[in-house]
Amino acid sequence: MFTQLTDWFPVLLSLRVAFISVVIISILGLPLARLMARREFYGKEFVEAAITLPLVLPPSVVGYALLVFIGKNGLLGKALAGMGVTLVFTWYAVVMAATVVAFPLMYQSAKAAFQSVDVNLEKAARTLGAGELRIFFTVTLPLAWPGILAGLVLSFARALGEFGATLMVAGNIPGQTQTIPTAIYFAVESGRYETARTLVAIITVFSFLVVFWVNRWAKKQKH
Amino acid sequence: MLEAQLTKKLWHFQLDVHFKVDNQILLLWGHSGSGKTTILHLLAGLLQPDSGFIKVNGRLLYSDAEKVNVSPQARNIGYLFQEYALFPHMTVRQNVFYGLKCKKGKGDEPLLDPVELLNSFGVGHLLDRYPRQLSGGEKQRVALARALAVRPQVLLLDEPFSAVDKKTRVGLRKELRKLHEQWQIPFILVTHDEEDASYLGDEVIHLEKGKMRDLTTSFTAYSRGLCAENASYVQM
Repeated sequence: MFTQLTDWFPVLLSLRVAFISVVIISILGLPLARLMARREFYGKEFVEAAITLPLVLPPSVVGYALLVFIGKNGLLGKALAGMGVTLVFTWYAVVMAATVVAFPLMYQSAKAAFQSVDVNLEKAARTLGAGELRIFFTVTLPLAWPGILAGLVLSFARALGEFGATLMVAGNIPGQTQTIPTAIYFAVESGRYETARTLVAIITVFSFLVVFWVNRWAKKQKH
Repeated sequence: MLEAQLTKKLWHFQLDVHFKVDNQILLLWGHSGSGKTTILHLLAGLLQPDSGFIKVNGRLLYSDAEKVNVSPQARNIGYLFQEYALFPHMTVRQNVFYGLKCKKGKGDEPLLDPVELLNSFGVGHLLDRYPRQLSGGEKQRVALARALAVRPQVLLLDEPFSAVDKKTRVGLRKELRKLHEQWQIPFILVTHDEEDASYLGDEVIHLEKGKMRDLTTSFTAYSRGLCAENASYVQM
């Protein structure tokens, strides 16, 4: 039923892209979520809607928007081309597409998690002499951690499965930008069903294990 | 000694108070929404007043005129939160040592051994428990130990007895009185309970929509009767 997979490149690239995206998303998303969870400012709803937009837009629209930025004649793309750097149709573009599309999932989960932390605990830490950074790492982050982990897993899974935007900005170049989802699509297109089946099995089992493990871990935390 | 004059515009009224307290228990008494907790937040530096000043033992902590605003971390004011705000993911030991780790090497005053404090409060055996495994009274003692371990110059208490039953309440009031005698620092206690006010308050400020009405005299008269009642209640 399953054939030996001859080309492991899509699997390795997908994992690498998902991992790097989640790291970028965490570095940008956690401080932003923390800020938005506690601060009120003019135009906050507008910013929130903009951050959440990639979650609800069709991935092809996100891909189009990315092309406007990093395409050969794009706003950023043109400047980079002058320096001899091309982003479109490279694996960097794959990372960018996955990052943008998966970002809102992490942001939403982390923001809800930060909001669920009792503000009085942070205030208590302040009166005990703890600085803001120390409070974040010893009080806020540990208490928000289950929600943040859920966000990490969701965004990892979303990055791993990203298809539409990836195809538009990075294409499907075997050995360069081909990920598991795009490889599955083109394998089916060209009638290589065994390859498609194997890739489907790999991504399904892997995703299942990740979700299963996180759920178990979350349950243990509650007890 | 603590002296404060504070104004702060809240959304439904203007808070405007001025008080001075020596090493006594000052009670802020009033209905919920009268600005009691806001005053504690202003004193601790968790909120900023619109104008006024806060002075503790001659040290200016806040003054709009002199543009002084000491951070809550550096004010050295202990705060016992309503519901106690113990860190739920830390053991009793980690909770009471939390402030000490922050202050290490910064203060000139010698800090206290939190374990001894816990022992003196009769909860020394709970060191490795988590807050969710404690009763209301135990939580309060742990929270007190945590606040006092950093040797505050003032202790603020927000509805300290709201989370315990009536019987425990009477006992805790007595303990708090004793504690105050040992520590000899200003205690500022927020309550809406008249019995608390009469039993504990050396001085009572009655708050109504952010304004003060000094009730000390009327309360002393009232409290004499109630204290007697309390005493008999405890003996039973």
